[in-house]
Amino acid sequence: MKEHLVSLPDAAPFSLWRLHVRPLLAAGIAPEHIIWRSTSEQDDLFSQPEPPPETKTATSQTISKDCLRFLETLLCHASPERFSLAYRILWRSRRERALLKTGTDPDVVMANRMAHQIGREVHKMKAFVRFREKTPQGSNMRHFVAWFEPEHHILEKAAPFFARRFSDMNWMVLTPKGSIGWDGETCVVTREACTRTIFEDEAEALWKTYYRSIFNPARVKVKAMRSEMSPKYWKNLPETELIPEMLAQAARQTW
Amino acid sequence: MKRTFSERLALLSDAAKYDASCASSGSDRRGSKKEPGLGSTERSGICHSWTPDGRCVSLLKILMTNFCIYDCAYCINRVSSGVERARFSVEEIVWLTMEFYRRNYIEGLFLSSGIIRSSDYTMEELVRVAKVLRLDRGFRGYIHLKAIPDASPDLLAEAGLYADRLSINVEMPTETGLTQYAPEKDSIGIRSAMGHIRKKMDATKEKTLAGRRPPRFAPGGQSTQMIVGADAATDQDILSSSSALYSDYRLKRVYYSAFSPIPHASQALPAQKPPLLREHRLYQADWLFRFYGFQFQEITENRPDGMLDLEVDPKLSWALDNRAVFPVDINQAPRELLLRVPGLGPRSVKVLLATRRHKTIRLDDLERLRVSIRKIRPFITTPDWRPVKLIDRMDLKSLFAPPPQQLSLL
Repeated sequence: MKEHLVSLPDAAPFSLWRLHVRPLLAAGIAPEHIIWRSTSEQDDLFSQPEPPPETKTATSQTISKDCLRFLETLLCHASPERFSLAYRILWRSRRERALLKTGTDPDVVMANRMAHQIGREVHKMKAFVRFREKTPQGSNMRHFVAWFEPEHHILEKAAPFFARRFSDMNWMVLTPKGSIGWDGETCVVTREACTRTIFEDEAEALWKTYYRSIFNPARVKVKAMRSEMSPKYWKNLPETELIPEMLAQAARQTW
Repeated sequence: MKRTFSERLALLSDAAKYDASCASSGSDRRGSKKEPGLGSTERSGICHSWTPDGRCVSLLKILMTNFCIYDCAYCINRVSSGVERARFSVEEIVWLTMEFYRRNYIEGLFLSSGIIRSSDYTMEELVRVAKVLRLDRGFRGYIHLKAIPDASPDLLAEAGLYADRLSINVEMPTETGLTQYAPEKDSIGIRSAMGHIRKKMDATKEKTLAGRRPPRFAPGGQSTQMIVGADAATDQDILSSSSALYSDYRLKRVYYSAFSPIPHASQALPAQKPPLLREHRLYQADWLFRFYGFQFQEITENRPDGMLDLEVDPKLSWALDNRAVFPVDINQAPRELLLRVPGLGPRSVKVLLATRRHKTIRLDDLERLRVSIRKIRPFITTPDWRPVKLIDRMDLKSLFAPPPQQLSLL
């Protein structure tokens, strides 16, 4: 049997993947006969891809809602493996009804791990986004902008939280993977890369004062801090630049 | 000379750092999309930062003032301490909370205070902050108020209208400890205030005769804190105190705070490093009670001096003392028993229970779940594994305990 090549852009969302998957599934193409590629990769090994197979009949494929929701989450992961893994799970779960509940299956273990990483990053994004005020003169709404660098495609997942919480402000969260914007009424999520913007916010000095003072130098536990607040986030957190100075001071204290 | 805002912030947050709680969880879920205002609460709290002491920053945790008429030996703000004093006005606290919240630094406010003038006066001021935030500013973030135990019940009731969580610190694990170190506080007063809060919370679950719902009251529940290592209480004393607190007042959390040396310390207190490992073990024991179905009593009953083992965690320690329970059949054992197996947590137990309905679990299945095979092996059986004699080894503990360390000469 011939290999089928599916090319998808790096940031392909669930909906796009789903469009490609429907005919493959309907034509009964097994996962091992599909090669998934990101379009950013060089196109030379397989210069003549098999065109997408035609749908013979509209075979209705019932996929459980839970499974679809799970795959949608999985597709937020940045790993290029996600397209093929999601297809494999979709393919197998048609016959193995209990597949997703078999938590020790290698595919499921891998998928659960990826879903967990996504959930964790959404949580960390809610925590580590830092808004800076940039209200234009004469505006009747306060404006804020934040810069954040997620590893995965999580903006759609995180957006409802920010809209629910900061509803009376006008704000943007800019990231290399897209942006979330709110103007007081509608929330817009894009997947267009943004560039880093940094400007001063006077409240940051107070925040740093608070961060420095709430620290108890008698109980230094750097490992605990680093495991919860990974250093990969530090460069966009105003308070973390104080850490070396705080630790040095703590070391000088004697109890 | 009047201190700047920033100087007062430094003093009043420094004074608040000995309170361990910074939780923002457990309240009702609400947002501000449909009504005007700012803020939301999530069911599980969010920690917005961590300081190098490994603690999370979830709330703006400050004192309204660190002036205090009490003289509790363990407290940096006691009247006889030489610490600098400051005070924030209601408006200042409200402004700071809103500005920090808008920048996504915090989930809300944890406000506490030294006692000034009278308990009622102090409590009134604390409630006023919460009231202004909620009613005037439409703030829907998290509010945790430290209740003043001797304040009038009416003030406590009003606090519950606006706060998500209320807490009163029992301070010392035993009554003797409290009398010794906090002469003006009495444990009966503290406990009766906690009982009052519990009654108010219970009442919100029942409708009145007229079918009306009673007003909202602190949906995030109440919590408390005990200082560990300042007095002579053993871990057994501490945990039996917790046991009573959880059942009598239905607390959400009991926090354990390793006594930390404070500047301007009272002579009556040990000037030593905080017992962090001991505190950690107490939290682990607390976890066993809240999530693993352990009773506090079982955790310490085999400990000769009433102290938890510092070398291994309390669950492993319990397993080593109760070997007759093991080995446990991973494919047959009920949930409660799986939760007793060292190396299995609630999450892996959940996966195992779901999985074993469809297939038999073998050792490599456990490995894929990233369960530590080395740790779990002596305590379980699977079709391809049986711990021959391992569970009977006298030196079983040495397989887990950290290697001995040479004592420091200094």
